[in-house]
Amino acid sequence: MTKPTKVLIIGSGPIVIGQAAEFDYAGTQACKSVREEGVITVLVNSNPATIMTDEGIADIVYIEPLTVEVLERIIARERPDGLLPTLGGQTGLNLAVELADAGVLERYNVRLLGTPLEAIRKAEDRELFKQLLLEIGEPVPRSASVSSMEMAWQEAERLGLPLVVRPAYTLGGTGGGVANTREEFAEICAGGLAASPINQVLIEQSLVGWKEIEYEVMRDGAGNCITVCNMENLDPMGVHTGDSIVVAPSQTLTDKEYQMLRSASLKIIRALGVEGGCNVQFGLAPRPLQGERYSPDGINTPYVVIEVNPRVSRSSALASKATGYPIARVAAKIAVGKRLDEITNQVTGESTAAFEPALDYCVVKIPRWPFDKFAGGDRTINTQMKATGEVMAIGRTFEAALQKAVRSWEVGGRSLLWEDPAWRLAEADSPASVLDHLHLGPTDQRLWAVMAALRRGVTGRDIALRTGIDLWFLSKLEKLVAMERRLLGEPLTPVLMRDAKRLGFSDDQIAQLGDSSRTEGLPERVRALRKEWGIVPAYKMVDTCAAEFSAATPYFYSSYEPENEALPEPGPKAVVIGSGPIRIGQGIEFDYCSVHAAWALDEAGVKSVMVNSNPETVSTDFDTSDRLYFEPLDEESLRNILENEEAPGGLGAQGDHPSMPPSIVQFGGQTAINLAGPLDRAGQAILGSSVDSIDLAEDRRRFEGLMDHLGIPQPPGAAITVTGDAVKVAEAIGYPVLVRPSYVLGGRAMEIVHNDADLIEYMNNAVGISEGRPILIDKYLDGKEVEVDALCDGERVLIPGVMEHIERAGVHSGDSMAVYPALNLSVREVETLVDYTTRIALGMRVRGLMNVQYVVMAESGAGEPQVLVLEVNPRASRTVPFLSKVTGVPMVRIATHIMLGRSLQSQGYDGGLWKRQRLVAVKAPVFSMAKLMGVDTYLGPEMKSTGEVMGIDYTFEGAVIKALLSSNLALRTGDPVLLSIADRDKEEAKAIITAFHNLGSPLYATEGTARLVESLGVPVRLVAMKIGEGHPDVVDVIRGREVGAVVNTITGRRNPLRDGFEIRRTATEARIPCFTSLDTVRAALHSLAYGDYRVQPLRDYLAGVDRPE
Amino acid sequence: MADNAYLILSDGTSFEGEPFGAPAWASGEVVFNTSMTGYQEVLTDPSYAGQIVVMTYPLIGNYGVNEHDFESRAVQVRGFVVREACDEPSHWLSTSTLGDFLKARGIPAIQGIDTRALTRRTRTQGVMMGALTNGETLPQALDRLESQPAYDGTDFVRTVSTNAPYGWERNRPVMRARIGGKPHVVVVDFGLKYNILRILAEKGCAVTAVPATTQLEQVLALRPDGVLLSPGPGDPALLEYAVELAGGLLGATTPGGKPLPMMGICLGHQVLARALGADTFKLKFGHRGANHPVQELASGEVHITSQNHGYAVDAARLTKEAEVTHLSLNDGTVEGLRHRRLPVLSIQYHSEASPGPRDNVYIFDRFLEMVRG
Repeated sequence: MTKPTKVLIIGSGPIVIGQAAEFDYAGTQACKSVREEGVITVLVNSNPATIMTDEGIADIVYIEPLTVEVLERIIARERPDGLLPTLGGQTGLNLAVELADAGVLERYNVRLLGTPLEAIRKAEDRELFKQLLLEIGEPVPRSASVSSMEMAWQEAERLGLPLVVRPAYTLGGTGGGVANTREEFAEICAGGLAASPINQVLIEQSLVGWKEIEYEVMRDGAGNCITVCNMENLDPMGVHTGDSIVVAPSQTLTDKEYQMLRSASLKIIRALGVEGGCNVQFGLAPRPLQGERYSPDGINTPYVVIEVNPRVSRSSALASKATGYPIARVAAKIAVGKRLDEITNQVTGESTAAFEPALDYCVVKIPRWPFDKFAGGDRTINTQMKATGEVMAIGRTFEAALQKAVRSWEVGGRSLLWEDPAWRLAEADSPASVLDHLHLGPTDQRLWAVMAALRRGVTGRDIALRTGIDLWFLSKLEKLVAMERRLLGEPLTPVLMRDAKRLGFSDDQIAQLGDSSRTEGLPERVRALRKEWGIVPAYKMVDTCAAEFSAATPYFYSSYEPENEALPEPGPKAVVIGSGPIRIGQGIEFDYCSVHAAWALDEAGVKSVMVNSNPETVSTDFDTSDRLYFEPLDEESLRNILENEEAPGGLGAQGDHPSMPPSIVQFGGQTAINLAGPLDRAGQAILGSSVDSIDLAEDRRRFEGLMDHLGIPQPPGAAITVTGDAVKVAEAIGYPVLVRPSYVLGGRAMEIVHNDADLIEYMNNAVGISEGRPILIDKYLDGKEVEVDALCDGERVLIPGVMEHIERAGVHSGDSMAVYPALNLSVREVETLVDYTTRIALGMRVRGLMNVQYVVMAESGAGEPQVLVLEVNPRASRTVPFLSKVTGVPMVRIATHIMLGRSLQSQGYDGGLWKRQRLVAVKAPVFSMAKLMGVDTYLGPEMKSTGEVMGIDYTFEGAVIKALLSSNLALRTGDPVLLSIADRDKEEAKAIITAFHNLGSPLYATEGTARLVESLGVPVRLVAMKIGEGHPDVVDVIRGREVGAVVNTITGRRNPLRDGFEIRRTATEARIPCFTSLDTVRAALHSLAYGDYRVQPLRDYLAGVDRPE
Repeated sequence: MADNAYLILSDGTSFEGEPFGAPAWASGEVVFNTSMTGYQEVLTDPSYAGQIVVMTYPLIGNYGVNEHDFESRAVQVRGFVVREACDEPSHWLSTSTLGDFLKARGIPAIQGIDTRALTRRTRTQGVMMGALTNGETLPQALDRLESQPAYDGTDFVRTVSTNAPYGWERNRPVMRARIGGKPHVVVVDFGLKYNILRILAEKGCAVTAVPATTQLEQVLALRPDGVLLSPGPGDPALLEYAVELAGGLLGATTPGGKPLPMMGICLGHQVLARALGADTFKLKFGHRGANHPVQELASGEVHITSQNHGYAVDAARLTKEAEVTHLSLNDGTVEGLRHRRLPVLSIQYHSEASPGPRDNVYIFDRFLEMVRG
């Protein structure tokens, strides 16, 4: 095969459930890998928060919507001769197939690189794949592919329940599920048919209770095949692998089973003709099935092939981090014609990519679910993935890897000791009572429930019978319970301590279990004792080869073994604290920042030491930093790492004295910033803004004091702890008020309350949540929300840009569409914002980055600007990558240099507002609501989005329409619209109704809204609000796709909310744009009327290429 | 502490752990294996005779021990070293824990040591003699180790090879193979693994395993259609009788009068290479694992192989009549040979796998093509 000269790489778009940061990692590696071969790379992605869309990763970067139309325009402009479709997740793969089907590839002579289209089709189409497996003699579950409910019922009769439903061509199994009853089957099947873009679902024999095993395999164009890794799911079949606790390598398979499935994997990728990476999933029976015959010697365990992903996937990212084998890099090289044996193994520097990693450790992955944010969501996990991210941990024992993964989870500091208060009802030593009170079915809390059951005397065997979890895993959990008992009952000795540490018990857990009357009561005492006894972690290297060859990979994990391989290197260095798992409120943006921090340190001649627990990210790629510790982001693990890194010649060190490196906490989101205090108390240095500055922003009283001192207004409000005070405060400042518990992230449990009754109800529910912590009540101001990021060196403050939100204050900033530059602010308002931001940054003594959120009141235009400060975060914000990209100001790099002591001026920057770019960029949120049953989708003060996209153009309209296209919220001219508007918004809705009518959209409306529409002289079709109150009802018109969009605003709290709930859920599940803010609708309508946009590389917008004057 | 055990190395390094097998003293060459599964096959592989095997994967014994994963009748290793031995295995085939199995077979074993540190030491220092010991001081143990015969000078083939010929049918050894019109393959047992016999039998051969010291005439008297020189333990330079036998077979013919097809695996390959004029030498720390890439020179194809050898072939003085066909992608050592004129091929790696990938079973097909002529 000839090497291409110019290759188009399609990214995976916004972070959604089922498609997260792993594709930034894959795409970034692929771009670098292909460029190394002297091939020009053109990258397209709509997600600005990625490293891959940075200048310097690909040769030419487009941040444009991922649609066939846009891609065709890019292809026409760039004329690539190759397209790499297998690194952008399902999105990239589907687009490549669509481009081929639309004849675009043929028209422009673009060759599909890597895995051929034919193989992709065979792997993705369930029926074709099944045929292929049957041809090569590989076992498949009994199943049938159906495209209507009628066919579905026929097949269900034949196959018998329980059945699994899997829709074709969807992300993360969207719309699928296990049906145990006829009712469930009807519901899931209908949903699955709707979810599949080709209206096809597979229904198949349920393999609940079978082991789920995955293999990551590679094949080159010459036919050489290897397996990178296999993985075993702790959760047996029935739980999506993305929602399963996964262990690498497999633990309970004999060599014969291991090799049987390995051989099957290779046979399958050969038969498909995959060229690159591929994931193969199997179900393996835990024992022979009854009534079936096996080979004469009786040693073949039954298995079935579940599915393949003929591309780089979440599992391959995990396998890459678990083994050190860079799957995406190698897959990209294969795509441009290299053979496995022609690719160097970067880890050893000597051997080639044609080998199979050998692990000498155990890896555990735990998914990170969003249920902490969506208390009302259905916590059951099944074949439809619900996790937003994941954590990984490495240990020399399974127990240590598991416990470290739990520590990395970052849900309320929860260790394996955590128990749901409701479980207290379960009586110990009464297994029946325990099993009644503990839900051992698959949920996000199952691991903890199993531990609770074991503590109460239920045997591993009983749990294995109920859950299908292999006894091997349960016996390991029993060992943890046994150790808990020893720690509770025995005096702490060096041997006991060492044994506990080897099983992954944290100092905190040991302290909790220790007798508080003895010395070990506090974690700090445990730590001191541990060090006194010389029990400190030894760091081992991830080297792909189990130490068989010398390796130079600076990739380490902790163990409690004698030999430490991570010997500290002398010289200046700094620790970058990463952001942990991707979750709502803390996404890939912070990984972007961490990566840039490492690069900036490198540029400054300072060695970077990265600490993170997320296997999906670029930051945990072993060549991003000078040294990588794959560890939990908690106090114990950070302090251990800092102590291990002690060496002479450090930053700020005097002479030859060894010192510990300082830490950078500004880039890893709230995870890192929360570590600032503990590290400071432990005497560790923090680079950039001091812990006092951070505290100033977080402590409401101190913050108010500073704002008063600076003369910067804030909305009136107060912090209260007694329910009775709430009403008094609210009456004093006037409704509506914004209420929230103090010290929470991402606007959790934040609400806008309009009257006493709602406030009292909120207080009754909320005080319990925050356990005595204050509730903050602030005046809710119905103004424009504005966001400013700034850099401060202590003397000057640089403001790269001011962003205006399309949705008014009250919608979480992470869920708002943000526009750069702010188009609707007066010169004086901008001046005020710059002045306030400058004073706040200097007043808070910020060194590095800061983000401020303001509300600008509407009536401020004529008189004095009315700008109030809502919130200050002395760290990198979610908007840093977006703003860096659209202003050309490398914010993280500048901030890192500031932290190292270089002024803005010495870096070539003045203070004040950076020159306003002559372009418009819109950042829009993207939601994963279709995956989360039972979650309400309306926009409010609590953040719900999982990712973001960017639309950029020279006009506001062009930028908005691209942002909407990328976030699947674009309206189509003439599409019918369903309206259900709250009374409060009706006046404002009139203009919108007229606008829809003028654009030719037939209108449907619920009762009150219909009257409003009629009063405007616009024809309207009445739709019943509630099911059972006549036809058509809202669900009919949405599910029947009579309407192409829904506008539904909410009235108030709780009960009224439920009225719109059906509308919003149905629209979400039918994948029809659903607007809950009139501001968003207005922007969408405005852009619809305009309807045109350009497509060009990011750098051309910044340079003003072809800008209309 | 009384219940502690130690692994000591001849350079004086000592690793503390807990005993979990039989409470005996053992010495041997300490080698590491990087396979993540297949410990039972490793334990019963006769090529490990005289050696203390260290598994680099830390969790060993997870699926217990079963009746099907034996590669010979006995446990062959002198001692076994793991980071953690599983005492609660989980598998439907399991009949015993690893520890109980080793106890019953009288094999000492140790767990809880930093096997990665030990592996790194072996990699940098080269393989060393070592001992599993308890209840004695380090100098005492070192003295005792010193007095043991060196691994390198010992012919282990004679101890592991069968005493008498036997056949293989229905997945078990039988007194005598029934030929019944099938091609007859004689396997010279230098320390063979059962899976070689299983595969040959599955592929439709009648199989007879014969002792390593069998004379040429005795082999030919079995009227073989092909001869396979098996893997086995130790230094091929000590095996003059085997090299002599291989040399004799190189000139022999089948009952049909054609040149006798031959295949060598591992030690059998080294023996064959010596018979073809090549030298052998000791590797610093050997190749033992299930992930070794080997390239076939003719096609450029790469295969992942199962390996277990401490010596390798130096092809410098190989007869011009033979050629190197395969090389290791890791260190460039010889991994396969073929005779240019005769139907003879050999491989350094284990096409019979067990443990390890089954990607190379096709080598048997190549051999059997020659056998079936």
